[in-house]
Amino acid sequence: MPSSDPALPASPAPTSSTIDTARLPGHRVLLGTGTPLQLDSGAELGPFTIAYQTYGTLNADRSNAVLICHALTGDHYVIDRHPVTGKDGWWGLMVGPGRPVDTDRYFVICSNIIGGCMGSTGPMETDPSTGEPYGLNFPVITIPDMVRAQKMLIDHLGIRQLFCVIGGSMGGMQVLEWASTYPEAVFCAVPIATASRHSAQNIAFNEVGRQAIMADPDWSGGKYQHHGIRPHRGLAVARMAAHITYLSEPALHRKFGRNLQNRDRVTYGFDADFQVESYLRHQGISFVERFDANSYLYITRAMDYFDLARDHGGSLANAFRTAGGTGTPVRFCVVSFSSDWLFPTSESRAVVHALNAVAANVSFVEVQTDKGHDAFLLDEPGFYQVIHGFIDGCAEHRGLTPRRRSQPA
Amino acid sequence: MSLSPSPAASARDIRIDLRLIADMVAPAARVLDVGCGDGALLSYLAREKGVDGRGIELGMDGVHRCVSQGLSVIQGDAETDLKDYPSGAFDYVILSQTIQAMRDPRGVLDTMVRIGRRAIVSLPNFGYWPIRLQLLLRGRMPVTDRLGYQWWETPNIHFCTIADFVELCASMGITIEKTAILNKAGHITRRSPTGLANLLGEQGVFLLRRG
Repeated sequence: MPSSDPALPASPAPTSSTIDTARLPGHRVLLGTGTPLQLDSGAELGPFTIAYQTYGTLNADRSNAVLICHALTGDHYVIDRHPVTGKDGWWGLMVGPGRPVDTDRYFVICSNIIGGCMGSTGPMETDPSTGEPYGLNFPVITIPDMVRAQKMLIDHLGIRQLFCVIGGSMGGMQVLEWASTYPEAVFCAVPIATASRHSAQNIAFNEVGRQAIMADPDWSGGKYQHHGIRPHRGLAVARMAAHITYLSEPALHRKFGRNLQNRDRVTYGFDADFQVESYLRHQGISFVERFDANSYLYITRAMDYFDLARDHGGSLANAFRTAGGTGTPVRFCVVSFSSDWLFPTSESRAVVHALNAVAANVSFVEVQTDKGHDAFLLDEPGFYQVIHGFIDGCAEHRGLTPRRRSQPA
Repeated sequence: MSLSPSPAASARDIRIDLRLIADMVAPAARVLDVGCGDGALLSYLAREKGVDGRGIELGMDGVHRCVSQGLSVIQGDAETDLKDYPSGAFDYVILSQTIQAMRDPRGVLDTMVRIGRRAIVSLPNFGYWPIRLQLLLRGRMPVTDRLGYQWWETPNIHFCTIADFVELCASMGITIEKTAILNKAGHITRRSPTGLANLLGEQGVFLLRRG
């Protein structure tokens, strides 16, 4: 990256080597060795690797398993230190001892999605048929494909029914897909800040990100790994654009306003004069360290293709009817955030209306916050209280033993 | 959404009209509480009658409190969010002390007896004699302990008397199966909505079904 590049501040360019996923901590399992995974595109994938983490202990009757579904750029390091960035896990406020998803009570599983870049099979990994990285030869995957792969992992772990499936954003899409496709395998479901389909606006933002990546000459038609380079500029711009959609105008204003970055006046140039610019550039640069550009293309595509109603004859309610025509037995807690304009409350409400139409057992809360879409990852006490209450109530109905009364510090 | 000021109902000591509603509910029934407030009735019904209870509540504080204690409650508006439910989805649909705050009480009542095999409605009686006296002698909109709002701030936009309600039910082909008329002390004074009920009852609780 030339130092005169105005798009990003001068900083050590990320290494051209990809993430060494073979050395990442956590579990890995090879699935689809007998029967490959049938993808929505018609292609097959298999055998394939799923990288995953677990926390807590599976009980004797295997009824206390909670599956965490991560979002677009998340991974399976939910509460432990991230092996690449060294930062704390992304959902320490939700998961852990005494947290809503209490690791003293539940056996918590989170797997890297297929198509991802943190150890599960994705475009960055080696295609066994060629011995080279998949790149764009990786098949296009969908949210249902991701969930089918997760189901194979759950089967592999010998778990017949998950106590809970929970996730935000794209993780919430997976939660909805789980509850719709495997209602007998899910006791309760918590889709957060999500939607049953990607809106035109969401697809538009994703397309901006993809175009930024593909416009980077280093992307090399998707074959950058062959050349030992990475399209980090394009990926950083994609991340910058996306990051704006995760915040809200009031949150941006509160955090940065029009404040200048380490200077008293504007410089009449294209340096990062404003704090908000500097912040976004930092977001972009730190992201490319830990993420693969082709993975970003594939995963955003999977989100774009998600449309649960279309998959069920155009009726979202049908997605929550069992084969016998009765309403889903899954208990739902749908949560949205008032300032989330990427997955606005109206999308969650549409899910609630569909669940009402089958008289499903559903709770729905819109959390009042100005933190935007990212609120599901942030300190928003009311949000965690609601989830905690819901999960505790479901645990009681499921007959899971109450938490041992050792008060956390 | 409790529209009549009342002390916060503790779990064991619920409002008298809620207690009467609960008495009309069969054990283990499927119940939808419309305007469930902080969930006092729902948790009472779950605990005492083992019902499969759901709630819908407009106020976010109430929804938070309900879901945080494990009740199945959605944030929503009865006038727009009830229509999605399939017919006969519940054994009972409950509307306590809220019908007078609806924009379209008739429409809500109609939906209630569609999605519930039975509906239970409790309402403040605007025909109660002290209210009549206030209007007659003072010439002012009545403000009572139970209806403590000034006219310009009240959410209660569609007051009715017990007689009005009985007539509406009749015109909609709704049968009143059970009635409990309460006096100011919260005691049942009558078991029928006719006669002096409209004068002596401060509030009424009605078990309804279509047809």
